[in-house]
Amino acid sequence: MKRVLALFFAIPAIALASGGGVPLEHAPINLHDRASLQRGAAIFVNHCLNCHSASAMRYARLEDLGLTENQIRDNLMLAAEKIGETMSAPADPAVAKAAFGVVPPDLSLVGRSRGADWLYSYLRSFYRDPKSKTGWNNTVFPNVAMPHVLWEFQGAQDLEVTSRIDSNTGDPVVHSKLVLEQPGRLSRIEYDQYTADLVAFLSYMGEPAQNDRKFWGILALFLLAGFAVISLMLKTEYWKDVK
Amino acid sequence: MAATTPKPPVTGFGPLNGILTWVDQRFPLMAQWNEHAAEYYAPKNFNFWYYFGSLAALVLVIQIASGIFLTMNYKPDAASAFASVEYIMRDVPGGWFIRYVHSTGASMFFICVYLHMIRGVMYGSYRKPRELIWIFGVLIYLSLMGEAFFGYLLPWGQMSYWGAQVIINLFGTVPFIGEALAVWIRGDYNVSDATLNRFFALHVIALPLVLLGLVGAHIMALHEVGSNNPDGVEIKKDIDPKSGHARDGIPFHPYYTVKDTFGVAVFLIVFSVIVFFSPEVGGYFLEANNFIPADPLKTPEHIAPVWYFTPFYAMLRGVPPMFGSQFPGVAVMGAATLILFLLPWLDRGRVKSIRYRGTKYRTWFTLFVVSFLILGYLGVEPTTVWGEFSKGVPIVGGDYIALWVARVLTVVYFLFFVLMPWYTANDNERPEPARVVW
Repeated sequence: MKRVLALFFAIPAIALASGGGVPLEHAPINLHDRASLQRGAAIFVNHCLNCHSASAMRYARLEDLGLTENQIRDNLMLAAEKIGETMSAPADPAVAKAAFGVVPPDLSLVGRSRGADWLYSYLRSFYRDPKSKTGWNNTVFPNVAMPHVLWEFQGAQDLEVTSRIDSNTGDPVVHSKLVLEQPGRLSRIEYDQYTADLVAFLSYMGEPAQNDRKFWGILALFLLAGFAVISLMLKTEYWKDVK
Repeated sequence: MAATTPKPPVTGFGPLNGILTWVDQRFPLMAQWNEHAAEYYAPKNFNFWYYFGSLAALVLVIQIASGIFLTMNYKPDAASAFASVEYIMRDVPGGWFIRYVHSTGASMFFICVYLHMIRGVMYGSYRKPRELIWIFGVLIYLSLMGEAFFGYLLPWGQMSYWGAQVIINLFGTVPFIGEALAVWIRGDYNVSDATLNRFFALHVIALPLVLLGLVGAHIMALHEVGSNNPDGVEIKKDIDPKSGHARDGIPFHPYYTVKDTFGVAVFLIVFSVIVFFSPEVGGYFLEANNFIPADPLKTPEHIAPVWYFTPFYAMLRGVPPMFGSQFPGVAVMGAATLILFLLPWLDRGRVKSIRYRGTKYRTWFTLFVVSFLILGYLGVEPTTVWGEFSKGVPIVGGDYIALWVARVLTVVYFLFFVLMPWYTANDNERPEPARVVW
């Protein structure tokens, strides 16, 4: 218990230490763009779903993206029998833990817990690091256990660290940036779109009802605006006699 | 006897007269209706602030109704609670709507209650003869805090888990009995399935019953003595001999029922904007970390309570540990809520409403409100938010600025109450008018 209380008072320090300190880039996603969401779904089932599951997401729900049941069966159900099943990874969690040191987290809600900007920046910030177990590291998520699964698309980046002495203060200034050392199958612009599609799908999957609820919201506001006008007229009428 | 001389028939309800007469001769229907609505005379000068009492009651109803439907699909089991919430969000038809209504309702409840309470303070609605209304109100506020705390554990996310862990550990700091007390609350040595089960019971049965009872008592006490108003003038001092009712009073029904209906419409518009377009409210109503399932082995990077608890959380963090114990901070936090009970007996002003109060009271009131708001902000942020004092400064050198600001504001919060008997006793108040300003 003492340990938990100590943690509780030391929170600010922990928060600073684990943020990665890298400014996030805005994710260029559009949740109304069904083509982008469909591409994202394909990337997800081909590359993420081998190790990560999405236990809250049913294949049938992909009809939201404008796909028919047969299209889902033929193109996206690589590891499931029934359309009503949730997306579970074929990899055994124990094997995954032995390989990576952690069980790859379920990604159903990662769009909500991490946010689109974090995911977009993260997927583009892997770099070669011979000191790490997998040979990869990440500026947004330092010492991440996951290797760069999409490296054949992005290519391999290096982290270039330069330091110089500030001529005014005499303090060392460390500057680092990611440099593409070995190009992948996609150009830089194509890879940005590729990750944006994936992030769009993850954001959708975090809350599949989000486009729906905005539609109902507009309807609700119209009805309530009418109710407000009528109730105000009623109130004004009654209150005429209050002198 | 009532049975031998039936009450006169009910009139004025058109085609319903017959059935209402039948009921009224067997149940005090019209007596209740008249006492609490048709012949409850309320001051006619209620302003904007007077909407929030009825709105708080509305939110209570919304929470009970949405809560019933959530309970139909939720599983109070550490192994399936998190997944059952996502099941509600995805597979239950309209489930996302029920869940967002309930999560938004929790925060809106506190918004209404805070505005309702500050209204009571501004216009002196806690003063004699309304002390009991105030006491019931503070009890409602404390029960609501418990209700919110128990409910927050149920989604079984990281914030649910670690928030509960931290709050229960606060009880663990009580000298001598603390550790045993914390185990008794949790039902285990850690927050676990046992804790989730009992919090579920407390959240869906125990505290809602307490809240309903207290709200009933709050309204009965109010209708016994009559409502205060923005001028703090007792309308019962000026009775019209012809009608036998206060000249400045109007029947609650239909005047305030139609007015509150308009308030409800506007409130539901705000409520809907949140539910349908921004249910997370930037992480203030639903925290991002709570979309990660509870993991007892992994402490989240930043544990902060939901916004409605943050003023007290900032006080807790501001008090340094003494004699190797965090208990002083916990005691300060507890005292900050309990001191509200004393308010009716601390105020010695000759007038009730802030409209006629003097400079001293207005200054203290402003300081109090500003302190509470800044404390609320600081409780959301890490203590590093405003940086540190430079090392050379005496006493505070090297400490976090926000920590010291929280300390000063905590003192201001308490001084508002503790010094009240003095600054209200000889203030340059203006005399109250004989009748309400209209």
